[in-house]
Amino acid sequence: MEIRWYIGLAVALFSIGVMGVLTRRNAIIVFMCIELMLNAVNLLLVAFSKMHALSPVGLTNPSVVSNAQIFVFFIMVVAAAEVAVGLAIIVMMYRNTHVVDINFLNRLKN
Amino acid sequence: MDNVLQMVWLIPLLPLIGFLINGLGRNSLSKRMSGIIGSGVILFSFLLSLYVFFNVKGGNSHLAHYFNLIDINSFTIGFDFQIDPLSSLFLLIITGVGFLIHLYSTAYMHAEDGKDYAKYFAYLNLFVFSMLLLVMGGNYVILFIGWEGVGLCSYLLIGYWFKNVNYTNAAKKAFVMNRIGDLGFLLAVFWLLNKLGTTNFTDVFANLSKLSTTDITGITLLLFVGATGKSAQIPLFTWLPDAMAGPTPVSALIHAATMVTAGIYMIARSNVLYNLAPLTQEIIMWIGLATALLAATIALKQNDIKKVLAYSTVSQLGFMFLALGTGNYIAAVFHVMTHAFFKALLFLGSGSVIHGMHHEQDINNMGGLKSKMKITYITFFIGCLAIAGIPPLSGFFSKDSILIGAYEHNKIVYAIALFTACLTAFYMFRLLFITFNGKFRGTQKQWNHVHESPAAMTVPLIILAVLSAIAGFVNIPALFGGTESLTHFLSPVIQQTHQTTLSHATEYMLMGGAVVLISAVISWAYFKFKNYEPKEETSSFGKTLENKWYVDEFYNSILVKPLQAIAAFFNTIVEKKGIDGMVNGVGKVVNYGSRQIRLLQSGQIGHYVLLMVLGILVLLIIQLFF
Repeated sequence: MEIRWYIGLAVALFSIGVMGVLTRRNAIIVFMCIELMLNAVNLLLVAFSKMHALSPVGLTNPSVVSNAQIFVFFIMVVAAAEVAVGLAIIVMMYRNTHVVDINFLNRLKN
Repeated sequence: MDNVLQMVWLIPLLPLIGFLINGLGRNSLSKRMSGIIGSGVILFSFLLSLYVFFNVKGGNSHLAHYFNLIDINSFTIGFDFQIDPLSSLFLLIITGVGFLIHLYSTAYMHAEDGKDYAKYFAYLNLFVFSMLLLVMGGNYVILFIGWEGVGLCSYLLIGYWFKNVNYTNAAKKAFVMNRIGDLGFLLAVFWLLNKLGTTNFTDVFANLSKLSTTDITGITLLLFVGATGKSAQIPLFTWLPDAMAGPTPVSALIHAATMVTAGIYMIARSNVLYNLAPLTQEIIMWIGLATALLAATIALKQNDIKKVLAYSTVSQLGFMFLALGTGNYIAAVFHVMTHAFFKALLFLGSGSVIHGMHHEQDINNMGGLKSKMKITYITFFIGCLAIAGIPPLSGFFSKDSILIGAYEHNKIVYAIALFTACLTAFYMFRLLFITFNGKFRGTQKQWNHVHESPAAMTVPLIILAVLSAIAGFVNIPALFGGTESLTHFLSPVIQQTHQTTLSHATEYMLMGGAVVLISAVISWAYFKFKNYEPKEETSSFGKTLENKWYVDEFYNSILVKPLQAIAAFFNTIVEKKGIDGMVNGVGKVVNYGSRQIRLLQSGQIGHYVLLMVLGILVLLIIQLFF
């Protein structure tokens, strides 16, 4: 498949994520949208890595090709850690306020 | 000769020490102690000055160099003292008359608190110190230090009763007027330094050939501007009558021994310079003459005993400048000396009257005081005779030599000067008769209080009266078979351009005419004022004189008011609107801007995220397209 399909999918996913973050008020959905953006990037990284492997540069330097894919693993690990922290925050927030609406969290204003 | 140099520095140092002791110890010294210290140091200075005087009498001249005040590449200014006949004569006048005034002050100021009393003597000593520095200085810079010092001290002493706003205003006026003159002096010193690289009197006078006529005229004129400020000549004379705000002995000190003679001294010291500037001499002569006449006319109508004396000082200073302008320097110095005696006498006498009358200064409320204040009356009478120029009192000889000089220079000048001398006699005897003759015009209670002053005040009066009477004999003209000792004494330092060429017959005629005229004026004044009744001034000319020709009002309207208007403009427009507006404007813009930007911080997470996304987009666009 041509690379542009991957790019298109990743952009679509990323945009959905951005729009979700911007428009939704439920903290969990916002959180999921962030994950969506991260995974859009992961998808892109893997796609480019694959494309790169078939290019003349990639063919002569096979060791470089896997860099992007290793990077994806890093992102996944970080995302997992972030989920652990983020979900914990959301749970704590729910315990304190009994809502998960992020617009409710404007107590710092003024 | 060396032992003179070893001790001359003590002459100014002693008053300085007196100033320090009285100034620093004013809270703990008793009145008696501060009086003794204040007068004692001056007495010692006087004794040292006597020693110096007898040393230089033979025509010796010493230059003492102590250290370098300013030492830079292009010139050196040393801390030098010049001891020669001219300065030693002034030393004697300053410390001698100064001591009598100090002695007098111990009684006059007795009503003051101990603290103020010590402060008063501290200022007085500092005054004498500055004046001594002025006359002993071996170059224009040391002279200038003393020059500034007397300006400062006059400010402090005129404003001594500083709780009275009018008095502090008078002090400020004196200071500001002096500063105007000082600027001229300073410019002249810079000019000299620029052209000659030295300010030492000896070096300057030896190198005058290096100066162009323009330089000499400019320098002498600027120096003269300084002298008009210090010695109260037109146009800077109005501070001196206002200086009456100070205690009476201070007036005596300022008018007789110190301060106002500084200008005369400086020009007499620079006589070599002035001899090369005929234009300046002409200007000095006319300004001196105009001042003498103007002040004498004002004095005719003043009713404050001290104001009359103040204007008479201005007038006498005008005579001295007239003498300087005609190249008759020795006559000017001679008149400084005799004037120091009789003016100190008159001021201290008026102080005695004021003391006896419990601080009444208006002569309309006096009269008939001679029966109660005999010593004051007799000494005051002698002072009046001396200042009027009745032979053989001192004023006759000094004023006569000035008049003779004027006669040879210009007959019109002589006529005006003679007229002014008659005015002098008239207003002085008007003052005398109104104050001491006739009947008392104050209240009965005041009359009961009138008393003769204590010995500490009358003894200086008697000494000064004797001096006023006999001081003229130091310079008896050859006409009367005299030897003109003062002229010979001063001749090593003063190049007199004026030489008497008149025949003896003419001189006799001039003197005789003057004496007859003055005597006539005195008797006229006697009949006019022996039974004086105060009355409202009706003629417009009389009113003009009473209001001092409206000079103060004139200065107010052409200088003070416009300056205040400019100041007000700068205050309200430039300062408040411009500078403050700019500074406050910056603050206001920041304040307003931050209040608007603060609204972005809404606390809504969605807004932050939106802004973040927008920011990233902007960065992306910049990255891609620029």
